[in-house]
Amino acid sequence: MLEPRLIFGQIIAYGIFAIVLGYFSNSPAYTYHDPEKALLMVSFSHASQTKEECRRFTQEELAELAPNMRRPMDCPRERVPVYLEITMDDEVVVSNSYSPTGLAKDGSTSIYESIPVKPGKHELVSRMRDSRRKEGFDYTSKITVDLEPRELFVIDFRKELGGFYYK
Amino acid sequence: MSAIKAVLRKGFETIEDLFDRIFGAKNNPFYQLGALGWFYFWIVVVSGIYVYIFFDTGVTQAYKSLEYLTHEQWYAGGVMRSLHRYASDALVVMMMVHMLREFAMDRFRSSRWFAWFTGVPMLWLVFAAGISGYWMIWDQLAQYIAITTAEFLDALPVFGESIARNFVTDAKLSGRFFTLMVFVHIALPLILLFIMWIHIQRHASPKVNPPRTLALGTFAMLLVVSFVKPALSQPPADLNYVPATVNLDWFYMPIYPVLNNVSGVTVWIALVAATVFLMMMPWLPPGKRHPVAVVNLDNCNGCGRCAADCPFSAITMEPRSDGSAYQLEAVVHADHCTSCGICVGSCPTATPFRTKSDLSPGIELPEHQISELRDKTIAASGKMTGNDRIIIYGCDNSLDATDVIDDKTQVLTMPCVGMLPPSFIDYVLSRNLFDGVFLTGCRQGDCNYRLGLKWTDARLAGERDPRLRKRVNADRVSKYWAGLTRHKEFFRKLTAFRKRLAAMGPEQDSGQQGKKTGVADINA
Repeated sequence: MLEPRLIFGQIIAYGIFAIVLGYFSNSPAYTYHDPEKALLMVSFSHASQTKEECRRFTQEELAELAPNMRRPMDCPRERVPVYLEITMDDEVVVSNSYSPTGLAKDGSTSIYESIPVKPGKHELVSRMRDSRRKEGFDYTSKITVDLEPRELFVIDFRKELGGFYYK
Repeated sequence: MSAIKAVLRKGFETIEDLFDRIFGAKNNPFYQLGALGWFYFWIVVVSGIYVYIFFDTGVTQAYKSLEYLTHEQWYAGGVMRSLHRYASDALVVMMMVHMLREFAMDRFRSSRWFAWFTGVPMLWLVFAAGISGYWMIWDQLAQYIAITTAEFLDALPVFGESIARNFVTDAKLSGRFFTLMVFVHIALPLILLFIMWIHIQRHASPKVNPPRTLALGTFAMLLVVSFVKPALSQPPADLNYVPATVNLDWFYMPIYPVLNNVSGVTVWIALVAATVFLMMMPWLPPGKRHPVAVVNLDNCNGCGRCAADCPFSAITMEPRSDGSAYQLEAVVHADHCTSCGICVGSCPTATPFRTKSDLSPGIELPEHQISELRDKTIAASGKMTGNDRIIIYGCDNSLDATDVIDDKTQVLTMPCVGMLPPSFIDYVLSRNLFDGVFLTGCRQGDCNYRLGLKWTDARLAGERDPRLRKRVNADRVSKYWAGLTRHKEFFRKLTAFRKRLAAMGPEQDSGQQGKKTGVADINA
């Protein structure tokens, strides 16, 4: 039979372990986003224009190709980077150029950004360039939003839906 | 590195001394870390199966099913869910302390690299399995870890489409996602179990079950926490809002705050580098390898005791290769052998009484030949005076007892005290080389070579071959498993033993000694 002091010692040891498990299994709380702020999230995947236009092979070039590789058009697969600019109340919050995915840079461009912003009424302007042009934008969209604290406002893009759309 | 080890070892031994007093060596949780890990794993499995029966895989159903289990069925499902969580947390604690302790005790290098090496991938599996479990609840914590984990995975340049995009709006999330998570949450522990099995492959008689008292105590502790502080969900996930503040399970998620503040690529590089470093640790630098045990077929009768006693499965019995009439012979697998010498202690031919032939046993450590041990014992005896002459047989991993060497006391050490054949004790006493034999070694329950003390105790108690002969006067044999730290108690036991010997006077009739009490009461 164990002595009472040893039983007490074991209860203390088990108790300490129990407190450690019970406490650290969900405490202390962790704040990773200011609860007073909303969050703008830009998240979409989009295939930009190819870097070069397709062109017809010349007869000389065709002759140099193996017979089974001969085709009328040469279409380089590499795509241009997507340039995205978002302003909120005329203040730039995103201004980045995003490379296409893939080793040959021929995949879609994936954009995923999150920007904590003050809640309240804001005018958001989203602009994107996805073509070979050097200046200007291919898509522009403007929206007025009224954000609550912690609200997640998503800026998405679907070419088939006409460009930017919001949630 | 050695300084860190020394500090850690000192720390562990100090805490373990306290736990030895409270729990006793047999139930000291620090000597059962691996076994406790297994125990928690099985609690997680059983409680997980119960929770799974009621779990519904759907965007809203997942949360609701767990709420039902927690609140409507709190007495069974709620407790099972809590046990599932707390046993998982306890598993992480055991695993980390186990790893740290093996490092501190330097039991991960040389031939012992295998368990360490296979243990490292388990870290990934345990954390991944735990995190996938939290993901399935689909509360605000799940929402947070889903998005953060997905962003972390997106940092790898292997996914064309962003995974995190799936958690931006509810519209993108389907019930099938939860089916996938259930699959992941079941598959990962199964892989873990397989690696756990591999992890112990080089251990003979692996400890996969803690002693019953410890198991009951720790289970009762988990049960009490489950009732006092049941595992609860946080508010349901809502992808229209950012949870902002979450209650992390810090046992599984300490990396998440890092992920919020450091780039995913940096964290991946750090984690992969840390994993590689951990896996390579047994060779940074490699442990000193001593010549492994060598079988001398002329003296090996194929009895198999060495194979049965080897703690690291380094010996197998194979068909005879020398044409002898014996069927089997011992074969040493050098890469498994730790040169502990326990096999020598088990060999019936390692008896110092042999006179007709050289003392060359069937199995032997080249650096610690048994004939040398006999010669040293005899030589040491010549310098002794009085009727309380003591020879201390100790191990290289316990305290340095050379301080006590004088004209009444001699110390001989070997890699493990399990290397000492019991016949040596009989030999020393029956030849009147010394008046008493005192054995010391690692602390009880924590033999550096796993089974050296266990087999020594069993051999002395006459429970395992080779047994100590019954004719040995038990009052002239004493032992104290001192480890590295218990100097005071060691000297106290030794002094008490010396007084006992002095009171007994010289042995009158060698070989036919006075008091034959068996070996059960040899403990000092």
